[in-house]
Amino acid sequence: MHELGIMESAMAAVLRTAGENRASRVHRIVLRVGSLSGAEPDALRFAFDIVARGTPADGAVLDIDEVPARAVCPDCALEFDADAAFITECPRCRRICGDLRQGRELELSRIEMS
Amino acid sequence: MPSPTPQVTEYKDRDGDVFRVIVPGPDPVFAVDLRVPLLEKNDQLAEANRRDFRKRGILAVNLVSSPGSGKTALLERTLDEFGREVRCAVLVGDLETDCDAQRLRREHVPVAQITTCGACHLDAAMVARGAENLDLGGVRVLFIENVGNLVCPASFDLGEEIRVVLLSTTEGEDKPLKYPPIFKSAHIVILTKTDLAKPLGFNEAAALENIRRIAPGARILTVSSRTGEGMVSWYAALGAALAGG
Repeated sequence: MHELGIMESAMAAVLRTAGENRASRVHRIVLRVGSLSGAEPDALRFAFDIVARGTPADGAVLDIDEVPARAVCPDCALEFDADAAFITECPRCRRICGDLRQGRELELSRIEMS
Repeated sequence: MPSPTPQVTEYKDRDGDVFRVIVPGPDPVFAVDLRVPLLEKNDQLAEANRRDFRKRGILAVNLVSSPGSGKTALLERTLDEFGREVRCAVLVGDLETDCDAQRLRREHVPVAQITTCGACHLDAAMVARGAENLDLGGVRVLFIENVGNLVCPASFDLGEEIRVVLLSTTEGEDKPLKYPPIFKSAHIVILTKTDLAKPLGFNEAAALENIRRIAPGARILTVSSRTGEGMVSWYAALGAALAGG
């Protein structure tokens, strides 16, 4: 359950941003979470309810944009989906490469506040 | 979302009738788009660790695997052999006890135990605090033995130069397919306990193929910490990393 620590860190960034913008309430938070980030969206949601309690983000909506893993073949430059078992094998030339274009994201992307 | 609070002003005319003027406030809800890494603080601390280790000429090696796959045994032999030639230090993380620190303690090797009190991984702050408890004078390689766990340590940069993921023959050939994030993050994957491969009926070729499919960029080594088989290639990999290769 490292998602609790991740959400604590996220909440610190949310409250700091709200403070910088002189907002007193946070209404909606959007996260981008890659399928290879190592964090589980459901566990993040569970952790969010715990860490938001009693803060200006209490009751805010948490939306999670799940980012699928995608890779680029270094040989033929084809960009392809690597979410199936996370094997980055180019469907065209069958080369297995390590060149992930996306899928490791674990970031706070939007805050709606007032 | 709550509606904006309206501004209400009351006026009384000469007859004493009350007029109420209601001015709805502007929509106060606004959005900020940003790109803040959720582990921002850990990432910053990890970067500070990395700068510090580099400045002191220390190669930091993060060892990750499931519990019981042979991290401590690998380090014991490494300290006894490689550690005689190159000054090493160890930070070892566990939920409780200092059993591993005791196993690793040697006269020529500074060792510090990090007890995470239940946390499932090491983070950069723990490593920074742990390093303060170590005499790093003259140390060239700092091994950081992570908490035995194939899931959570994947997300936490400690400031290491190389991440080594271990897979033991007792765990089965398909572990890399089941835990892709951690294997994908590895610079080196070490297949351990190769002396047990035969009695276990372990299919080494299948295991290596699974590692290659998940972590095509990783260097793959096969070792037995008990017999010493393959250890030379591990020391060579450390030596190459020390030389900046």
